Amino acid sequence: MPPAASALPTIARPHGRAMDFCFRHTAGLAAFAAGLMLVATLAAIAWDSALAIKTFGFGFLWTSDWNPVTDRFGAFPFIIGTLVSSAIAMALATPISFGIALFITELAPRRLKQPVSSAIELLAAIPSIVYGLWGLLVFAPAFSKIEPWIDSHLGHLPGIGLLFQGPPMGIGMFTAGIVLAIMVLPFITAIMRDVFVMVPKHLKESAYGLGCTTWEVSRRVIVPYTRTAVTGGIFLGLGRALGETMAVTFVIGNSNTLSASLLMPGASIPSVIANEFTEATTPLYTSSLIYLGLILFGITLVVRLIAAWMLRSMRRNALGRP
Amino acid sequence: MIGLYSRRRFADRVSKLLMPLAACVGLFFLGWILWTSFAHGLAALRWDLFVNDTPPPGTDGIGMRNAFVGSLILVGCAMLIGIPVGLLAGTWLAEYGGRGRPARAIRFLNDIMLSAPSIVVGLFAYAIVVQPFGHFSALSGSVALAMLMIPIVTRTTDEMLALIGADMREAAAALGAPMWKVITAITWKAARNGILTGILIAVARISGETAPLLFTALNNQFFSADLMHPIANLPVVIFQFAMSPYDNWQKMAWAGALIAIIFILTLSVLSRLILNRGAIKS
Repeated sequence: MPPAASALPTIARPHGRAMDFCFRHTAGLAAFAAGLMLVATLAAIAWDSALAIKTFGFGFLWTSDWNPVTDRFGAFPFIIGTLVSSAIAMALATPISFGIALFITELAPRRLKQPVSSAIELLAAIPSIVYGLWGLLVFAPAFSKIEPWIDSHLGHLPGIGLLFQGPPMGIGMFTAGIVLAIMVLPFITAIMRDVFVMVPKHLKESAYGLGCTTWEVSRRVIVPYTRTAVTGGIFLGLGRALGETMAVTFVIGNSNTLSASLLMPGASIPSVIANEFTEATTPLYTSSLIYLGLILFGITLVVRLIAAWMLRSMRRNALGRP
Repeated sequence: MIGLYSRRRFADRVSKLLMPLAACVGLFFLGWILWTSFAHGLAALRWDLFVNDTPPPGTDGIGMRNAFVGSLILVGCAMLIGIPVGLLAGTWLAEYGGRGRPARAIRFLNDIMLSAPSIVVGLFAYAIVVQPFGHFSALSGSVALAMLMIPIVTRTTDEMLALIGADMREAAAALGAPMWKVITAITWKAARNGILTGILIAVARISGETAPLLFTALNNQFFSADLMHPIANLPVVIFQFAMSPYDNWQKMAWAGALIAIIFILTLSVLSRLILNRGAIKS
């Protein structure tokens, strides 16, 4: 460093100013690009699905035909498949995540908290292709041994019995739901754990002071305090389940016709795109698959916005957290 | 009154039984998945996997060299695109954008992009790279992976830079350093561990991605390092092999899956170690 301080600014500034300008605007451009990605993605897939939109209109949403030979396409079985498999996943994952999060924050001895928490997070690090492989080659054969039991015990119930009938194939809508549940479990658990920790100590201790049990504190203090954020976390998990491709493609069975039973094969929007995109021979076929992608993006967008809105209110409640 | 008391105690006991049970269910599936992956994977692991290319259908050759190299190329190119853009975007948000309206809008859009279905991102790469060129290419796969990386890197960089106190920046600025120098030499350095963690998480995430590659990078039975042509890659090869009727292909799928798991878990553990070390330092 030169000791002559007066010489420094005149040398450093012009150079600094030009570099500053460049740096600022390069970074600004990158930020603009990052923000533009979502809009560009929407625009590009909307553009590419224009042909299918023009041909089928909104009727695409509730039409069940999917026939590449006659060039007739409808999204209904896939929309239902996506929603049903994700609904099964959420129905299974939410209570289990709730239990794990409460176990980590309220019940577990100190030296178990971190290991259990990290192990559950490890589930999120396993790539979806491995879930698919495991689901198809390990879980589905094991599950096919339980299916006859489900069929004989639940299959004859009035009303809901139809949902649980079918041959023991191992793959199908229900299997996809279970694999999805394991996949979204770590995400929901992490959010629940993080918001449960944020419940003010004095609230919990007041309840304990009044003689409440651990369960009552969880049920009457922690849950009401964190309700919106927990819902946000569930929606975040749902967003993930809806868009998951590989794990579902492996185990859902890939049948383009809708069946009432959850034990029967089905297809979801991502799975049909994954399976048929490279085989699509006509422009209308490709365009219809992209239209499906647009519908999927629309659904996940809505779910994600609800999640953001719910989680925002919690962030406002949490004092001292960035 | 006794009825109420015992009912409350009963509910508490049941809940205290169910909570550890829920944790056991989660751990059980983790153990099951990891155990089967390691058992099948280790049994199928051969040196030939790294030396030979994927065999043609029906033959009993063993090899996935082209897939390993292809995946490294795809992820490497995605990093070349994704890291600079994500790093600069996050820097702009934290250092220039702050709490202003444009920065908040970009953060919002970026957060939504963070959870966009990867298959939709693949459709986008198909629309902007595959269609104009008229054929599938490694480049389009890298673009799709980069687009999955950018939101993660942007967000972590933004968050980590925001944690650096203003005093450090002001001290550097008071010495006469221009803003770009303050950012590159001071704040980036101070937030280095956090930014690196974000990059590692992003790389771990895209390394296992399959869906966006199915109709961008496609697959290639032969060895190729050409960015303008379809390229073999580990996730798609695992998918293809697992769905095949051939026994040796399914075994190779397990071996490939094991290598993918080890690679990704190493990155995840590494990112956590770096983050923890940074926390201890500061």
